[in-house]
Amino acid sequence: MKFSRGVKDGLPIALGYLPVSFAYAITALANGFPPWFPVLISLTNFTGTGQVAGTDLIAAGAGVAELLVTMLIINIRYSLMSVSLSQKMGGGFPLWQRALLSFGVTDENYAVCIRQPRKLTFPYMAGLMCCSFSGWLGGTALGALLGNILPDFVMSALNIALFAMFVAIIIPASREDARVFLLVALSTAASCLFYFTPVLKELSQGWVIIICAVVCTTAVALLFPVKEIAQEQADETGGQGGGE
Amino acid sequence: MTLSDMLFGCLIMAAVTYATKCVGLLLVRKQIRNRFLQSFLYYIPYSVLAVMIFPGILFSTASLWSGIAGTAVALVLSYCKRGLLVVSVASIATVFIAEQIIALIA
Repeated sequence: MKFSRGVKDGLPIALGYLPVSFAYAITALANGFPPWFPVLISLTNFTGTGQVAGTDLIAAGAGVAELLVTMLIINIRYSLMSVSLSQKMGGGFPLWQRALLSFGVTDENYAVCIRQPRKLTFPYMAGLMCCSFSGWLGGTALGALLGNILPDFVMSALNIALFAMFVAIIIPASREDARVFLLVALSTAASCLFYFTPVLKELSQGWVIIICAVVCTTAVALLFPVKEIAQEQADETGGQGGGE
Repeated sequence: MTLSDMLFGCLIMAAVTYATKCVGLLLVRKQIRNRFLQSFLYYIPYSVLAVMIFPGILFSTASLWSGIAGTAVALVLSYCKRGLLVVSVASIATVFIAEQIIALIA
C-alpha cells in the first residue's frame, strides 16, 4: 500500500471536493469576507459542514461559546470515525504519524480507509489525504479568486451546491436505515419549527443546530440504540479493547 | 468583522476541528462500549445535516421556486444513490435553468 496508491484512491474524492469547496469560498465572499479568509479556513480546518457553519457564525458576529459548541456538535462525528479508524490501523503507527493523519480525517477519507480490505499503511493514508486535501484547498482558492468575477446568477446557482451535497449524504442513509430516516424527519421538523415560529426564530443558527441535533439524536439513540458499530474492526484487531 | 474577529474565529474553528479528529487516533485505542454513547455518535451527523439543510436550502438561491426545483432534484437523485458530485452539479444546473426560465416569464 504505497503513497501513489493512496493518491490514486484520493483522486475521485479531490474531484468531488472541488465544487463543494469552490461553493464554500463563494458563500464566504457573499458573507463579506476577504478572499484570503476562506483559503485560510480550508488550510487549517479541512471539514465541509463545520467550515460552512463556523464561517456563517463568524459573519453573524456569534460569541465564542456559540462558535465553540456549534463546531463541537457538528464535528463530533469525527471523533467516532477517529476511534473507528484507530481500531482499524492497529498499533503500528508512531504518535507523530497519528497526529499528522488526524488532520485528514474527513467523511470521505474515512470511508475509503475503512473500506480497504488490506492493512492500512502510513504512506497510503498520507497519499490519500494529501490528494483529497489538494482538491479541497484548490477548489477553495479557485472560488475565492473567481467569486468576485462571476455574475450573480451563477453565484445564486452555486449557493445550493453544499446543501445538495448534504442531501446526498443523508438521503441514501435514510433509505437504508429506517431509524436514520426517523431522525432526519424529526430533525427537519424541529429545524422548521425554529425557523418559522415567531419567538424561536430569533435564536441564532448555531444554537438551533445544537438544540435540535442533541434533543432529536438523544431521543432516537434512547429509543433505538445501535448494535456494536465497530464490531468488524474490533474482530480484526483481536478484540483488544476490553471494558471502557 | 475586524481582522482579529476573523483570526480568532479561525483559531477556534481549527482547534475544535482538530481536537475532534485526533481524539480517537491519539487517545482512544480501545473500543467504546457504552451503548448510548455509541448510538449517539452514530446518529448525530444525520441530525446535524438535516437541521442545516432544512429549511435553509429552499431559501439559498435567488428565488424560492428555483430553490424548490434544486431541492427536488437533489432529493430524487440522492434517493437513486447518485454520488455527491452528480447530485451537487445536477442541483446547481437545475437552479441555473429554473432561474433562466423565471427571468423569461417575469
